[in-house]
Amino acid sequence: MFRRFRSEGDNMRAVLSLSKLRSQFVRDVEEISGEDLLACNQCGKCSAGCPVAAAMDMLPSQVIRMAQLGMTEVLQSRTVWICASCLTCVTRCPKGVDLPRLMEALREISLRSGASEIDLDRLPPDLVRELPQLAIVGGFRKYIK
Amino acid sequence: MKVPYYPGCTLSTKAKGYDRSGRAVAAALGMELVELPDWQCCGATFPLATDNSMALIAPTRVLYQAEQAGEQVAALCAICYHVLKRTQTALERDPVMRDRINWFTEQEYGGRVRVVHLLELLRDGLGWEELSRRVVRPLTGLRAAPYYGCLLLRPYDEIGLDNPEAPTILHDLIRALGAEPVDFPYSIECCGSYLTVKDPTVSETLSRDIVASARAAGAQVLVTACPLCQFNLDWPQRETEFGRTGDEIPVVYFTQLMAVALGLPEEDWGAEGMYTDPRPLLRQWAGNE
Repeated sequence: MFRRFRSEGDNMRAVLSLSKLRSQFVRDVEEISGEDLLACNQCGKCSAGCPVAAAMDMLPSQVIRMAQLGMTEVLQSRTVWICASCLTCVTRCPKGVDLPRLMEALREISLRSGASEIDLDRLPPDLVRELPQLAIVGGFRKYIK
Repeated sequence: MKVPYYPGCTLSTKAKGYDRSGRAVAAALGMELVELPDWQCCGATFPLATDNSMALIAPTRVLYQAEQAGEQVAALCAICYHVLKRTQTALERDPVMRDRINWFTEQEYGGRVRVVHLLELLRDGLGWEELSRRVVRPLTGLRAAPYYGCLLLRPYDEIGLDNPEAPTILHDLIRALGAEPVDFPYSIECCGSYLTVKDPTVSETLSRDIVASARAAGAQVLVTACPLCQFNLDWPQRETEFGRTGDEIPVVYFTQLMAVALGLPEEDWGAEGMYTDPRPLLRQWAGNE
């Protein structure tokens, strides 16, 4: 299930600059999430305990790292959409970083620019007939604007 | 004792058996769950974006409706409980937000409702010892794996029901009913939650791991408090065109185990329509097998 994240050129080389570290993207992530991105010191505890990490193309701590560095390519990662907001990471983070809020902020940035993550035509019809109501209400609120 | 009760959308439709068994066991223990007269959906997700208060409006309306009914409101659905409890906590900590939402809804929510889960009423109100005294058909020998999932427990500083990493509330309940709680490493792992509408294969993989882990630990039944966990764990075990594998484990609500142990009639178990029928197993303790 694991597919490695590939960015443009696939060398993951990041150019650091003050303008990127203080970019509108970084400010948006922090404003929507209410979190301080630089509070994360990359210990990796979130990634170690994430129950859905196997289905991600990039670890949760790597997503935070890219967001810290103002790398908007992070929005292309599947990880933010695989995160199920189970809140295991926030329970374990030694720095008190609310990762699910940061993931939600990254999803929101994409959703607010028109992305939609549920393709109704691709859902198995037998599943759609059986889904509990709260899965439909909750799923649609989380993955479609 | 009358307790105002918020069933939520799923307990009124797909998970009617949870509602039925929940009301029945509460009544058998002297608590009448009184449905709020005019309730609406809680929104099914707690908004994690902090720059938008729109999504807090639906749960605040529910809290307002509950405030008209009394001091507390009980939920069974773990997700309703999570959303209402976190909204209540958020509004308590942020009175400015509460004023803003009250202004919009034109309803004056005072911020005083205590959101409780039925498990909490059993533990803190009735007590496990008293519950075990009320048991008429002890589930002796039944190996039941408590599956807590996520939203019933986390985040701790807003929910505060039990230890988020080593919870015991379902263990204690299972023990009070005379059954044996089975520890297994996946009891607080995520079932995939809403991913089931976006990436069903991911949530099915997670769910199969959870069920396999419980099976390996020797469980005969999985016990949950969440209708989405119940669906996610049970659905991959459904009968397909290839039949069944034969090693399915039924996934029941804690209220259904209670209904059996309290000697309630089978219709009060609300156990029909599940993908893996728990009744053949549970009847062994009901004395009619």
